[in-house]
Amino acid sequence: MTSIGTGYDLSVSTYSPDGRLFQVEYAGKAVDNSGTAIGLRVKDGVVLAVEKLTQSKMLVPGSNLRIQAADRHIGIATSGLLADTKHIVNRVRDEARSYRDIYGIPIPAKVMAERLGLYVQAYTSYSSVRPFGCSTLIGMVDEDGPQLYMVEPSGNFWGYHACAVGKGKQVARTELEKLKLADMTARQAIKEATRVIYTAHDEAKDKEFELELTWISDETNGRFERVPKELVAEAEAYAAESLSAEMDDDE
Amino acid sequence: MSSVNFKSTRATQAATPITHSGGPVVTGTSVLGIKYKDGVMLAADCLASYGSLARFRDVDRLQPVGEHTVVGASGDIGDFQYVQDLLEKSMIHEFYTADGHALATPHIYSYLSRLMYQRRSQMNPLWNSYLVGGLNDSGEPFLGYIDLIGTTYQSSTIATGFGAYLAQPILRKAVEGRENEITEEEAIKIIDDCMRVLFYRDARSLNKFRRAKVTKEGVTVTEPYSLTTEWGFAENIIGYGA
Amino acid sequence: MFRNQYDNDASTWSPQGRIHQIEYAMEAVKQGSAVVGLRSNDFAVLVAVKRSPGELASYQKKIFHIDEHMGIAIAGLTSDARVLSNFMRNEAMKSRMLYDRPLPLFRVASALSDKAQVNTQEYGRRPYGVGLLVIGYDQTGPHLYEFSPSANVLEYFAMSIGSRSQSARTYLEKKFDTFVDAPLDQLVKHGLRALRDTLPQDKQLDTLNCSIAYVGKDQPFTMIEGDDVKPYLDQLDSDDTSDAPSQPLPGNDSVAPMETEA
Repeated sequence: MTSIGTGYDLSVSTYSPDGRLFQVEYAGKAVDNSGTAIGLRVKDGVVLAVEKLTQSKMLVPGSNLRIQAADRHIGIATSGLLADTKHIVNRVRDEARSYRDIYGIPIPAKVMAERLGLYVQAYTSYSSVRPFGCSTLIGMVDEDGPQLYMVEPSGNFWGYHACAVGKGKQVARTELEKLKLADMTARQAIKEATRVIYTAHDEAKDKEFELELTWISDETNGRFERVPKELVAEAEAYAAESLSAEMDDDE
Repeated sequence: MSSVNFKSTRATQAATPITHSGGPVVTGTSVLGIKYKDGVMLAADCLASYGSLARFRDVDRLQPVGEHTVVGASGDIGDFQYVQDLLEKSMIHEFYTADGHALATPHIYSYLSRLMYQRRSQMNPLWNSYLVGGLNDSGEPFLGYIDLIGTTYQSSTIATGFGAYLAQPILRKAVEGRENEITEEEAIKIIDDCMRVLFYRDARSLNKFRRAKVTKEGVTVTEPYSLTTEWGFAENIIGYGA
Repeated sequence: MFRNQYDNDASTWSPQGRIHQIEYAMEAVKQGSAVVGLRSNDFAVLVAVKRSPGELASYQKKIFHIDEHMGIAIAGLTSDARVLSNFMRNEAMKSRMLYDRPLPLFRVASALSDKAQVNTQEYGRRPYGVGLLVIGYDQTGPHLYEFSPSANVLEYFAMSIGSRSQSARTYLEKKFDTFVDAPLDQLVKHGLRALRDTLPQDKQLDTLNCSIAYVGKDQPFTMIEGDDVKPYLDQLDSDDTSDAPSQPLPGNDSVAPMETEA
């Protein structure tokens, strides 16, 4: 960050001499400070999971959601500034609605990712606005099956088999890369997602967190749903078991 | 010269005011609805007429909306399909809002009535009469009517279109005061008897119906079915060009 | 002139991924006198301390009625709060007009957040300089939301914002798990105790400076002010065993800058 204080990092409409847009990079910092969000695309569905860091024990559990639906077949998991993520979710919902209005069918994943990418990009182009301080995971099932995309504050997006953003992204990515996603069912992916979130959680820095888990799969008839309590409990038991097994290995 | 032009422009404008739809095009006929012991029952036939032509013979005019509501439409089928889109959009909104609040029947009824009244006030009405059937907040049967000028009323029996003349008196006699006694079986009989009368006398009807019921368990819409008819009396009718 | 290069406006990120203008706006909330919100399984309660700019002036209103089933308490710039309460009243009326349904609390909170977020992203705007506690009762029971200038809206069992509100939060954090089954009068009492903890040494809750409001099951939003507050305060005093001797009428807080709610 040698450019701090040189004046080339104050506006998103100014490049630094070496061609960087610092404001976009700074927006990315807001994402890095936020609880981890992951997505897994598997054989028969998509699983989204979020480590929701809770600042106060007086917060109502199950409220203040960070994974939300944008249509019957779309789940959005976000990491970053809470209010920005709401703005993004609203935009995704608008795009889903307008596509339905025009074409009479649910919006395909690729089209959604492209449209959201364009929107987010626009906020990296004008000095009158700032880039979004959030990354967005779009999990959905369309005609081509399960899909997972991630849109970054720059407006860049890629399709993924699995991805992670937020505080614990490094650890989470390492864990996700070990998985055989193509052979996995969504039911299994719920367990692995839970394990990855628990692994990525840094107990030393953040005390409390709430696990948010959603899925879209054949079992939910292609609809976005929160994972039922029994499955969450099962997955948490599995995560606890494999974490303690790892601890034993370390010793 | 310019003043003449000015006058003629105004005259032209006055002669051709902005107009919107002047009437329905492809239409569905009557919808019937009654309250009974367990909820409400609605019925409509499967015909969409183009004028007097029986144009489409497998049209579904009973639309389930959410868990506990059915909307039945008579009048312009295109306008109905537009309203179906709006309702679907509302339900998706409710789905993703996911705050434990579902649109119940009275809310859908209110929404539709505001929509219809707004459109009529813009002099561009949706050319329909609607029945909204379901359950209210306390789980009691709810049945309401809305038409193209935004008129609304609620009653334990309602019939739209030709049904308002031919079926309404029969429904009243059979149902009023007995809403809490009528079983599902009897409700079906009442509705079917009226649909048969309508098929006999309404020239824009079809002997192919769907019936919907809304109870605490939810909405069910039957597959299309037909009723037995007896046309033996027809030979004895003389006149009317026969 | 500025503390650093990155705090001029809401459309600039700092290298750490922060937006200083939002954080400064949060400071405006702390300038306002404290308000406390809390809820049980059946009721939600707001209590607030009002301030007066002088002996000849009235006390600034802290609690606002939004709809039959909903109300807010504010801390920060009062004029910003009035814009937001106007907006909320409109949203509530729209819901009744279109759907014949009291606006669900989550939706008004969400709409508030969406409105406020825009002010945190565009040049030439400023974030709202006010925090709100929103209470209400809908089909899913009583709710308490905190709205802040960052446009964050979070649902709490109990919360306090405004000047010295940390003291109230400390009280609430200790007690909030007993609130679920508490009857309404107990809830109000807890609220007032938390609120009392925010007052400076030489000040006390009295009928002039204290507002109470509640809403809940079969209970429309109700505000209690003036002499009607007395029974609640009396009850509070009678329960006290070890408290500082009562003080005469409160003095005035130093008048805050700009239109900060005084």
